[in-house]
Amino acid sequence: MLTIAVTMLAAGTFALRFAGPALRSRVELPAAVEALLATAAVVLLTALVATASLTRDDGFAGIARPAGVLVGGVLAWRRVPFVVVVLAAATTAAGLRLLGAP
Amino acid sequence: MYRTLDRAVVRDIALVCLADTLVGLSYGAIAVGSGFDPWVPIAMSLLVLAGASQFLFVGMVAAGASPLAAAAAGLLVNARHLPFGLAVGEAVGPGWRRVVGSHLMNDETVAFALGQREREAQRAAYWVCGVAILVAWNAGVLIGALAGTAIGDTDALGLDAAFPAVLLALVLPSLRDRGTRHAALAGAAIALAATPVAPAGLPVLLALAGLLLAGLPRVSRC
Repeated sequence: MLTIAVTMLAAGTFALRFAGPALRSRVELPAAVEALLATAAVVLLTALVATASLTRDDGFAGIARPAGVLVGGVLAWRRVPFVVVVLAAATTAAGLRLLGAP
Repeated sequence: MYRTLDRAVVRDIALVCLADTLVGLSYGAIAVGSGFDPWVPIAMSLLVLAGASQFLFVGMVAAGASPLAAAAAGLLVNARHLPFGLAVGEAVGPGWRRVVGSHLMNDETVAFALGQREREAQRAAYWVCGVAILVAWNAGVLIGALAGTAIGDTDALGLDAAFPAVLLALVLPSLRDRGTRHAALAGAAIALAATPVAPAGLPVLLALAGLLLAGLPRVSRC
């Protein structure tokens, strides 16, 4: 049962990943549609940022994680190097937790 | 291919891979700690190669859910790869590269690819990031599953904040465009509102409705 389930998840995930590039190769898309698809990916990634920052399971993620992402976001907005952004986000969250924040 | 990338981009990818290895260590240790044979997290990391769905699968089965239900839930979480593939299909490439490259698709590879201006650089970022994450993630999981509880709680390191920050930093340049920003913010609001009531993975897909609310006027102007 476990083997079947892992195979199902792996095969299904591959199909989902393969479908996009396969469809793209069949049709020549107008530039406007290509732009819309790129925007769609940005919309998905932004939604991932929002849900991964603010929620844990079905509830609120607490304070430390959103604060860390916020610090990273502000630094990124001010065009601080990526490495600093990521380390600042992690250090903020880890530091707040050391201080007892949820 | 590697040479068409900025050295800074390669360094950024390396940092993400380091974080991925740490989360992989934790995933391997957690899976074995909750009663799975080591082959399960190791095989999943090679064949599924999608962290969020792997954590969900292991968590659900450990909590007593049927493995098939856990696989279905994992597939819903991974459904976002279909629209991702439509966006970066060009970077993946044709023929055998499409088969291998599709498997390398994940949030970070897509975000790094979309962050590049030129087609050639997009392809390079996609492949370099994809292969590097494949190696980093599987190395972490392998060690975590075999060595056990080396890293139990990556939240203590703040990695749960690092990953959203990675994606945020990578999408921010795209969000400077007004139409994209409106679509993305509307979508994020929809996803947040749906999270308490919808199963994992669905809220992010529902965010695509933001495209209809704010994205279309921009495209029709083109």
